[in-house]
Amino acid sequence: MLNEKTKEEVMPESKKATIIVHSGGMDKVMSALIIGNGFLSINIPVTIFFTFWGLKALTKNGFKKLSLSKMNILGLGKVMIRAKMKKHNVASLEELAKSFKELGGKIIACTMTMELMGIKKEDLDQTLIDEYGTVGKYCIESKDAQITLFI
Amino acid sequence: MTASDVKENVILVDCINQNCPMPLVNTRATIMKSKKGDIIKVIGTHPQSFEEIPMALDAMGKKIIEKRQEGNKWYIVFEV
Repeated sequence: MLNEKTKEEVMPESKKATIIVHSGGMDKVMSALIIGNGFLSINIPVTIFFTFWGLKALTKNGFKKLSLSKMNILGLGKVMIRAKMKKHNVASLEELAKSFKELGGKIIACTMTMELMGIKKEDLDQTLIDEYGTVGKYCIESKDAQITLFI
Repeated sequence: MTASDVKENVILVDCINQNCPMPLVNTRATIMKSKKGDIIKVIGTHPQSFEEIPMALDAMGKKIIEKRQEGNKWYIVFEV
């Protein structure tokens, strides 16, 4: 089986990975994107499905608005972590999302969440989103995936 | 074949001062833009990447030509 984008042979024992991002914490979205980048870097195709609080990350400038999932301390915790990230040259959410797409990763936005939270397509960053779907899409993608994660 | 034998067509990936996961990501991005037989040389400083990039290359069936540490920099040379 060939990786569609690179035409390399995909390792037969690792078909693909899917990740659900249900959490809206900056640190959790970051973990999801780092892991997604990691799998893509070893030629394992990845689909990330953003739902519920996670969908907020896909809104325009959404990455900047996310709070830390713990120790946010009214924003002070986030400021401190961002400063540390800068000092240690850690990639930002924006950079991670960009490289995720460049390496061939797929992003699906949950339409049920969009309805519940009153989020319209125009509110979302269209450069990130490949498809829209609900649980059916996630399950169909995941049934052939060797690896699936819930974040 | 060692790195010193290869004079042409070595694609350089500079990951100096980059932190996880960017050295791995940039190595992969360069592989995707290259073709079979190209030689890629990755230079970086992130300690864990010096272990993990070779692991990733092995997993992808890429032939490692050389890997060495020089001071705080490491070099990994491989064939696509």
